Amino acid sequence: MKDIEIKGMVSAHAIIAITILLATLAPTLFVGNYSVYGTHLVWLYSCCSAVAAVNIALYALLGVSPTPKRHTLSYKVTKLFRSFMYFGFSCLIFHGIVVLYGAPLIESALETFSFAVLLSTFTTLRCICMLGPNVQAWIRVFSKNGAMSIWDTSLQITTLCSVIGAWFGAFPIPLDWDRPWQVWPVSCTLGATFGFVMGLLVAPSWIYWYRKHLTYKSK
Amino acid sequence: MPALSFLDILKFVLMASLCPHIFILCNAGKRVVFMGDDTWDSLFPKHFQQSFPFPSFNVKDLHTVDNGILKHLYPSMKRKDWDIIIAHFLGVDHCGHRYGPDHPAMAEKLTQMDQVIRSVARLIENDTLLVVFGDHGMTDTGDHGGESQKETDAALFLYTPSMLVSTEQGLAEPMVVPQIDLTPTLALLLGIPIPYSSIGKVMVQLIPSGDLFDHNAQELQQAEALFVNAKQVNRFLETYSLVAKHLPQETLDHLQDMYLKATKNYIMLRDAFATHSPLNSQELKKLISDFHVYLVSVQEMCKVSWAQFHSLQIIVGIIVLVGSCVVCFIVSEFASIVESSYKELLFLAVFTGAFASGTVAIFQFFWLEFEAFSVLGTFTVVAQVAFLWKFNHLKNSNRYFLNRAVNIINTALKGELQMTSPLIVFMVFLLRCASLFSDSYIVAEEQVVSFLLSSLGLFILVHLTWYGNLLHSFIDGFKTTNPGMSSQQMAFVKDKKTMHVLVACVALLMFSLCLSHVFHGCRDEQVICTPSLFLAPLCTLQDVQLRNIHYVLSVCSLLTSYYLVRRWLCYYGNFNSHSLAVFVARFELPLLVVCICLFWAVSSTPEESFVNWQQFIRLASSVFPRVAFVLFCLGIAAVFWNPLTVFVKPKVLSEEGPITQSYRASGCVSPQAELQHLIPHIYQCMRRSYQVPKEEGESLKDEYYQPTVEAFGLGTVYSAPMLLILVLFQLLLALLHPEGLALSFLLMLLEAFAILQIHSKTSSLYRCRLYSDKFSVPWCVVLMWALASTQFFYATGHLPTFPSIQWNAAFIGFSEGHSNQVLPALLVLLNTFSSCILLAVSCPLLLFWPLICEPSNTAKSGSKLGELKSDNIPVMEMKLRDNPEYFSRALLQLMARYLFIHGAQLLASVCAAAILKRHLMVWKVFAPKLLFEASGFLVTSLFVIISLILIMRVDVCLTRWVKQLIPVDSR
Repeated sequence: MKDIEIKGMVSAHAIIAITILLATLAPTLFVGNYSVYGTHLVWLYSCCSAVAAVNIALYALLGVSPTPKRHTLSYKVTKLFRSFMYFGFSCLIFHGIVVLYGAPLIESALETFSFAVLLSTFTTLRCICMLGPNVQAWIRVFSKNGAMSIWDTSLQITTLCSVIGAWFGAFPIPLDWDRPWQVWPVSCTLGATFGFVMGLLVAPSWIYWYRKHLTYKSK
Repeated sequence: MPALSFLDILKFVLMASLCPHIFILCNAGKRVVFMGDDTWDSLFPKHFQQSFPFPSFNVKDLHTVDNGILKHLYPSMKRKDWDIIIAHFLGVDHCGHRYGPDHPAMAEKLTQMDQVIRSVARLIENDTLLVVFGDHGMTDTGDHGGESQKETDAALFLYTPSMLVSTEQGLAEPMVVPQIDLTPTLALLLGIPIPYSSIGKVMVQLIPSGDLFDHNAQELQQAEALFVNAKQVNRFLETYSLVAKHLPQETLDHLQDMYLKATKNYIMLRDAFATHSPLNSQELKKLISDFHVYLVSVQEMCKVSWAQFHSLQIIVGIIVLVGSCVVCFIVSEFASIVESSYKELLFLAVFTGAFASGTVAIFQFFWLEFEAFSVLGTFTVVAQVAFLWKFNHLKNSNRYFLNRAVNIINTALKGELQMTSPLIVFMVFLLRCASLFSDSYIVAEEQVVSFLLSSLGLFILVHLTWYGNLLHSFIDGFKTTNPGMSSQQMAFVKDKKTMHVLVACVALLMFSLCLSHVFHGCRDEQVICTPSLFLAPLCTLQDVQLRNIHYVLSVCSLLTSYYLVRRWLCYYGNFNSHSLAVFVARFELPLLVVCICLFWAVSSTPEESFVNWQQFIRLASSVFPRVAFVLFCLGIAAVFWNPLTVFVKPKVLSEEGPITQSYRASGCVSPQAELQHLIPHIYQCMRRSYQVPKEEGESLKDEYYQPTVEAFGLGTVYSAPMLLILVLFQLLLALLHPEGLALSFLLMLLEAFAILQIHSKTSSLYRCRLYSDKFSVPWCVVLMWALASTQFFYATGHLPTFPSIQWNAAFIGFSEGHSNQVLPALLVLLNTFSSCILLAVSCPLLLFWPLICEPSNTAKSGSKLGELKSDNIPVMEMKLRDNPEYFSRALLQLMARYLFIHGAQLLASVCAAAILKRHLMVWKVFAPKLLFEASGFLVTSLFVIISLILIMRVDVCLTRWVKQLIPVDSR
């Protein structure tokens, strides 16, 4: 039972990781002068949209997200609306935190917001996909004994890894190496992406390693 | 030269020792007339034939020196009994320091200088050379002393009515010459020998020859000058290399070869010229360039090798620091052992240290040269080793202590593991120390520190959420909708409130961190950077409206910080007693604020606007700050003299009922607060601690009719004087800074408040669930406090570089200058390390704050449950008195932790400077950083001790007060 789930998770994560790779390479075909540093926002948006699309598609297909209680149209619309609202909120909150951390307030506001969107895609969007727009469930998952399935555990790991990646991404910014990737927010977005990919890889192996110790409460 | 700038004086002296400047000429029998800066006169007394010194100490005085010079310059020139006139104008320099380069006053000054040069040039005769030069340039802010090009580049202007340089070889574009080249050039032009220890290269273009159009003759003349110069330099080098062994031998040999070859060539050519044989101009040119290369190489070599390092001293210093850090760590972690046997530990350490150092001193005295450094080093190292040995001994031999220590450590560890995983905190601390090893991170230290500080704040939130301490009852509350479970709901409501407060505090912390970047200064290394507008003194602001806005903002921030503290004291009932401390809070603080505001108003009025009031303004600008200083000193003395802020009210029974009456007794206490802090509770506890028999578990209702005495503000008896001292220091330091930085000080108060609140809320969240540790302050919070102190060093406009020291602070209240060096040094020190001082003085608040904030939790939940048992009574800081041994232990631990963090940072920056001593940036970044860190550490230690003394003083007073009280009770 568990092994099947872990295999499913491995394939799902592999698909997301490959999507990120493809999203990095694909714009060369459409955009002239494309490079990850030079036209950073193009890369960022392509990465964001690809990850978002694949996440939504995957988790809808896999059926990880909680089954809706009612099937009325209005219920679905409200849920959709709330999902969008939460995503927007999380973008704003990330933006605020990043600015409080010392990002320029006005100068490169678009870049900062794009970075916030990327972080939200890596963290909040997955939460919405897996748990639905339900803050209580999110808080439950992100507490010590709150994980109820291996998907919850993987969510914890990937979210943590992306945030830590973004945090470490800020480290090279003050160095005087004059590299193109030291420009705000390139190193942070790259760090977050790297952390996310690492999280995707680490989560199944970690779960596999600790599968004896992981006991989940029933829903 | 700016007055008082110790560094510049140092440089001056250095310059004098490295390359003797023009003034050495005085000894060559030349008649020198001097006028200007009186520093010259004190440096070279009786050297001048005639001198007209003028006081140069006051940076704000732009005109005295210049006008004095102008009065004497022209008559002296006309008298013709001189060989050299030195006129040192100071106005431009002072104007730069005071107003910056873009001020109308500067334009005025420069125009004046222009006219002086014009008229002097007109007056001089054919055999006279006019040399106009500056010893430094200035930055965009008008300061200097750094190494940026703008600071080190200065103009050199030479003029003589006769033709100096042939017009055809006139210079297409201005030449750049090192300043040390001026010495040999002027010496040769005056016809005196080049000073022995100069390594400058003569400016050959200025060497005159009889015939300007005979190239060969002129070049030979130049070659002769260079020959003389090279000979002198070589002589110096030979002697010097005998004394100083650090010059690389190969380079010396190489230089010697160069010198010999060039000299041989020169002598050959000279002989050829003497015999009127035709000169080979090619060879002559080569010769000149050989001399050039030789002289320049000597300069290079000296530059490289004059920076010497004493490896042994570096290593000993690092060992001493490591030892101190280890001792601090041990004291903080094994506070119980150390505290219980501190006498033995200290005695042994001091005794062995003194013994060892005494032996070394005697040995040195008789057989070697006496060296204070090694004696002190021995003392410290031996004392530390003895301390550690004794400690180890104690730990091993004494099972009792060991068990106790292990127990305490276990509980503490358990608590701390739960509270903040020490791994992350340790990692943040490690990152902070590692950041001191990179010049880029030191340049961006402000950002680095606030980044880590925000991370710690957010980390606490995330950690609390993860362990369910913050939100678990939030969820439980949703799950158990059982109305019967009131206590759980109570907890839920309480936790929700705590959660909101916590989130708000973290937001406040990050927000104030973010805002504090507004007050930054700029280093030379930061290219795209404009210094904060708030750093400029108000009088330099041109725009009247902007100036007014800034003034109002500064005044408002002062008033706000006073108001906040006043509110706090009122709230906790510390505002009613008749003690001196309360007097300070009531009357002296507002007076101080008024004084500062008036001083700012006076000092920021532009001079030209009130010409008639000139005298008054000058008087006021020295009187107000002096009054403020006196008030500050009086305030400190008063708080130390009588620090108790407890208001005792004898109980009078009346029909109105005791509760209503006690409201009236303290007008400014809010009823709700008073209910909480009504002191019968505290009084009861106090009595319990003094073994006055009393039945336990008595309901509070009876208590109201029982006591004969009510005391207000006993709960915050320790923290109220701390807060008063903090505000006194804050006001003083705000006075010493540019006006705009008052805002920054307010921000500091808010940030400290946020950290304290975060600390108290987290500890209350844990304490009620997990363990009742005795007051221990976790590493995480102490680290935050220390980081805040570094961060506000930057946020008060300081930088760890020498040019950015705010020298103006020395003249606040003493615009006429000082008679001694102690007071200005003290003022500048206070100004520079203001953040260290404030945060070190208020450090014990970390211990008190959770206790102060506790009652609002327990009391509320208790009162709603309707079971106001005496166990639930808020006792706040009286808890500390109930457990004196835990109190002193926790205090010791807190201080040791705080000092450990600062000491480890110092150690890191010492190691960085030692390891990277050949780094390109060592003199620009690492060495100044090390000096600032070290001085900051000293200041921090001093003020930590001062705050400890205050607490002890409060303790003594409290004991005395309680003794007085007991007879009242028994009546």
